[in-house]
Amino acid sequence: MALLQISEPGQSTKPHERRFAAGIDLGTTNSLVATVRSGQTDTLPDEQGEHLLPSVVRYLDNEQAPVVGKQAIQSAADDPLNTISSVKRFMGRGVEDIKHLGDRLPYEFVQTDTSVPRIRTVAGDKSPIEVSAEILHVLKQRAEKTLGDELKGVVITVPAYFDDAQRQATKDAGKLAGLNVMRLLNEPTAAAVAYGLDKSAEGITAVFDLGGGTFDISILRLNKGVFEVLSTAGDTALGGDDFDRAIAQWIMSQANIGDDASHGVIRRLLHDARTAKEALADVESVELNIDLQDGGVWQGQLDREQLNKLIDPLIQKTLITSRRALRDAKVTIDEVKAVVMVGGSTRTLRVREKIEEFFGQPAMVDIDPDKVVAVGAAIQADVLAGNKPDDELLLLDVIPLSLGLETMGGLVEKIIPRNTTIPVARAQDFTTFKDGQTGMTVHVLQGERELVSDCRSLGQFSLQGIPAMVAGAARIRVTFQVDADGLLSVTAEEETRHVEASIQIKPSYGLTDSEIESMLKDSIEHAKDDVELRNVREQQVEADRVMDALQIALQQDGDLLTAEEVTTIEKALLTLHKVRDGEDHHKIKNAIDKLNDATTEFAARRMNNSIKQALAGHQVDEFD
Amino acid sequence: MAVEFTQNYFEIFGLPVDFQIDTSLLAERYRELQKTVHPDRYANASDRDRRLAVQQAAHINEALNTLKLPLKRARYLLELNGVEFDDEKETTMDPEFLMEQMELREAVADVRKQDDPFASLNKLMESINHKQSTMIDRLQELISTQEYEAAKMQVQKLQFLEKLIFECESLEQDLADAL
Repeated sequence: MALLQISEPGQSTKPHERRFAAGIDLGTTNSLVATVRSGQTDTLPDEQGEHLLPSVVRYLDNEQAPVVGKQAIQSAADDPLNTISSVKRFMGRGVEDIKHLGDRLPYEFVQTDTSVPRIRTVAGDKSPIEVSAEILHVLKQRAEKTLGDELKGVVITVPAYFDDAQRQATKDAGKLAGLNVMRLLNEPTAAAVAYGLDKSAEGITAVFDLGGGTFDISILRLNKGVFEVLSTAGDTALGGDDFDRAIAQWIMSQANIGDDASHGVIRRLLHDARTAKEALADVESVELNIDLQDGGVWQGQLDREQLNKLIDPLIQKTLITSRRALRDAKVTIDEVKAVVMVGGSTRTLRVREKIEEFFGQPAMVDIDPDKVVAVGAAIQADVLAGNKPDDELLLLDVIPLSLGLETMGGLVEKIIPRNTTIPVARAQDFTTFKDGQTGMTVHVLQGERELVSDCRSLGQFSLQGIPAMVAGAARIRVTFQVDADGLLSVTAEEETRHVEASIQIKPSYGLTDSEIESMLKDSIEHAKDDVELRNVREQQVEADRVMDALQIALQQDGDLLTAEEVTTIEKALLTLHKVRDGEDHHKIKNAIDKLNDATTEFAARRMNNSIKQALAGHQVDEFD
Repeated sequence: MAVEFTQNYFEIFGLPVDFQIDTSLLAERYRELQKTVHPDRYANASDRDRRLAVQQAAHINEALNTLKLPLKRARYLLELNGVEFDDEKETTMDPEFLMEQMELREAVADVRKQDDPFASLNKLMESINHKQSTMIDRLQELISTQEYEAAKMQVQKLQFLEKLIFECESLEQDLADAL
């Protein structure tokens, strides 16, 4: 049968056109960007040849652009209130959490009525999302300058143990920086990809990832290009920063520096602590010269033995967590074929020593532990961008923390347990308890504890539009879906009358859609943008994607359709093609929806067909 | 959405409906299916197709999760055979089993008092795991001889044990947090 072909010069996506994509490691201490070029995956340096971009942002007054990176660090001690470092620790957190997090944070947090904390700076109040967006923006510019073209999409890495709010905050930061975030990828999984690249790697692999502020352990099974995460565990508030803090506290007690020391003094102490820690990777002992507030200098010594004493309790925590990950994966230590070390803090000798002792084997450190995550993310970005259509690479990850609902008495009922492979969808039925009740609220939590107060509140979902019935007659099926990014979405339907209940989400620690919209408007990236124009462009991109995908689908599987169905689809396709270049984004959206409606059945048939084909060749007959 | 999920979980993987399954074959077929439907394969597709892929992949994950673990697999198989589970209703267990449960619970509670709570908890969990696997062996026998009511009882006992294991894990987390 004749299938409609629509393609205009310069409009259709050429199959061999390379789509530039990048992997970004948005770290607590340092951030990196990497790309695949001519088959080689590398991190990209800045003009000074530096690959690592310190994750530090200094805000300036008079509408000057903020300074990001090394230059910002240099000003940290002099301008602590406007220089923000380790902002990753605040992502997806509330004001209360932040007080718990850092014993002594050098910033002024603004009390706002929104759930997202804001830091007071000379350039205005900034949310952690905006600060992260500044870092991402610098990396975006670096990549686009190096590649000489716009980035089509990026993969941003997150700690495997990040909860929903922290992931959403990261994705929002990407959006704010003007990036198309194709995927959030767990850092240990990214590292495994970088190491397992040659495909010869098979079997159980443990990835131990200790960064500046976060710790993850993931247990994976590698099999012919499929990276299957069996379990993950960690601590999003444990890392090299804590080593520094332990050392700084020791110095304070040795040098008689009181707890009332100024922000600047604390900053300097942390800096000295870090320098000493790093030096101890090469030498047995270091001299300390600490400037005191009264102008004097305290001199002392820190040797490896003392350092180990200070950090051993922290390392012990990571070992307990590692044991839990193994148990969740139902894997014994003997079954682990390889141990991969990731993150700058694994450079601390004691960490490596303890981990190798725990796993009973030498750890793999061939790839620079600072760069390995970005490299893995770049490989995944390249595949997702469609540059390697035949690639076997597939990453199957898990949800790190259980998802649950609040029930009577402040208890949490788990609906999706931790370490469930994503994507995952689970439905839960609710009923009304009053006659004529048309709405209800569902409180979603994340965590392992039994009490609501011990878990992390993700948000309140309020359902409206339930048909009025007698108490207990309505059956509302609420479906919780976690996508491949580990992000939750909720839908609800009244089952007896098939009414879709509408859901309003009030995120506990995230931005609402309108807050994001207004930030987008304010951001540098979109400063000159006309909102209307952007809406049109977004719809055009989606229209092209829908049309391109449909043409390929028709070529491949047109025989799944009757002649009549083809006619209907062609009509809708033609309509979309006509309105695509118009200036009314509502019209384009409408035509996309119509075309989608016309092809829903086709898409489902295709997918069912591909499932059948995947298992073709071994059907039930081989069992009898 | 019009994707049909009419096959039972065994059929999805082309496996015979049986408690005893070839787990490596299950894992292999699972990977083949995910290579086809995973949303990452649809990264450049339309929003609708990506949503569809998420649903498909989620369904296959659910099927795997159910078949992978013996207890869930047994329960699912029993349900396919018309056995109904009502988790809300209080079930009567044999007194001997309940007694043993109480003793185990006491042992868990005593862990905190030990010199090395982590080691003693680990030891306790090993013994519970051992007990669990013995009970699963018995469950398999009951299913193969089609003693479904007895098998249902066994499943309920195993669910008890599962809760206990969960409590041990929570305790371990508590101990770790207190460090």
